[in-house]
Amino acid sequence: MEMVKVENLAFEYIRRDEEGNVESINRAIDGVNLDVKKGDFIAVLGANGSGKSTLAKHINAILYPTEGTVWVNGLNTSEEQNIWEIRRSAGMVFQNPDNQIVATVVEEDVGFGPENLGVPTDEIWQRVEKSLEAVNMLEHRDKSPNKLSGGQKQRVAIAGIMAMKPECIVLDEPTAMLDPDGRNDVISTIHKLNQQDNITVILITHHMSEVINADKVFVMNKGQVVLQGSPREIFSEVDKLKSYRLDVPQVTELAYELRKAGLDIPKGILYVEELVEALGKIKR
Amino acid sequence: MQIVFDNINYVYSSGTAFEQHALKDINLKISKGEFIGLIGHTGSGKSTLIQHMNGLIKASSGGIYYEGQNIYDSNYSMRELRSKVGLVFQYPEHQLFETTVFKDVCFGPKNLGLDKLEVELRAYEALKMVGIGEDLLDASPFELSGGQKRRVAIAGILAMRPEVLILDEPTAGLDPMGRDEILGQVANLHKEKGLTVILVTHSMEDVAKYVDRILVMNKGNLVMDQETRKVFARYKELEEMYLAAPQVTYITNELKAKGLDINTDATTVAEAKEDILKYINN
Repeated sequence: MEMVKVENLAFEYIRRDEEGNVESINRAIDGVNLDVKKGDFIAVLGANGSGKSTLAKHINAILYPTEGTVWVNGLNTSEEQNIWEIRRSAGMVFQNPDNQIVATVVEEDVGFGPENLGVPTDEIWQRVEKSLEAVNMLEHRDKSPNKLSGGQKQRVAIAGIMAMKPECIVLDEPTAMLDPDGRNDVISTIHKLNQQDNITVILITHHMSEVINADKVFVMNKGQVVLQGSPREIFSEVDKLKSYRLDVPQVTELAYELRKAGLDIPKGILYVEELVEALGKIKR
Repeated sequence: MQIVFDNINYVYSSGTAFEQHALKDINLKISKGEFIGLIGHTGSGKSTLIQHMNGLIKASSGGIYYEGQNIYDSNYSMRELRSKVGLVFQYPEHQLFETTVFKDVCFGPKNLGLDKLEVELRAYEALKMVGIGEDLLDASPFELSGGQKRRVAIAGILAMRPEVLILDEPTAGLDPMGRDEILGQVANLHKEKGLTVILVTHSMEDVAKYVDRILVMNKGNLVMDQETRKVFARYKELEEMYLAAPQVTYITNELKAKGLDINTDATTVAEAKEDILKYINN
């Protein structure tokens, strides 16, 4: 069964004036279909305003479809009785770590989620410990969150989700406010959760380098999915990506430029080693 | 010299248990019209350093000179310094507050005590410089996209007609094209108006593309102050400071390590392409 299934989804932000008359309608999502299998690591790329955050909010039942249907773990997000189960099984991590931390001590923050689910105290502490260990933050459990770096805070936020034992985590630009080091920590943490705990990951980003190890990439533009495929397939489309206000990693761009200049280099190069190897084979 | 730092030290919470030496013996000279990149790991002292440049933080010891004048002299006008050295903070769009884009940009020059006509003239000019069209002048800043808001916030600083523009992470959270649009406009201002620009960023690719000289901060020390390509050639030292060089630096160095006789100076895709083709066709 799919973890997430999105069928013909459309969503409109409707703005009304003081009398309740419609002033403007913005169709943020326009006919999106998407299947995410259990255990997949999915990336959604798109420019600012392409609809990717709006899509993410549907998976967590923060927004409901204007048209179409979203199922999470087989549950329809438009049916009210499903909301709590959906939010437990699909946790969400947002861009700004400071907006997501509620407690004054790291371990209490991580325990906040399971406590709200009515988990017995003993088990809460077990889950807190396990989750902090999973994101490599156990040694900071007694600290105040405001003494942590951005990357560390974001990992605490992920631990808070993990403590609710989700099957799926949706991350909406989790690294946008982090430095390169914090960014690497967060990305490797979610890869680890995906591989070791079989958590389904949906990563929303516009940092191209973060998606090269995903199982599948969806590219959004103006509310629609315009490209989908493996990272290699996606990054073969350099010109198309640029037309959607995106770009590609430097190594991919360099390989593309050299290929255009007539060198025998394969399409969709993602890693430095691949390009070095391909260039090593070329006869002068 | 436009800006001179003479042995600047800054200590936070001096005399308490939280005492922290944020800047240590910083010596620095910046000439008019330079385009400088400032890099360093979180907590290295970058933000503390730039806030000294327009007098928002006062050094614990040492002297700062702007156009030859000591800014810590009792009769020196800090107010004037702040109109000459414009500082754009991270996420500047959080500071937009007026009801229209145009009013928001007028706020800075209005506070300089200029007459209405001059204020409006400068606001028009500044919005034009950052590529905000006339159709958006009466819009609420909150209706704009992320990239547009950011540009309006930068226009608010440009309207004060600064001689130095300091940008702290101006592209954080923007999509790749939005990033190029903003930095491209800043580069134009630098070229056309001779503005001195200091760019604080985590993106080595951006630094490589735009700046001539890089300052590297580490644990409160200014550890490198060199031409861009020379700094990136020291990528192994950068890695020890949790920094890195642009990806192309690694490509050319790997090729060299494999025995290809190739120039490892390139820091942008265009330069690397040229060097590789030169090698192959030779």
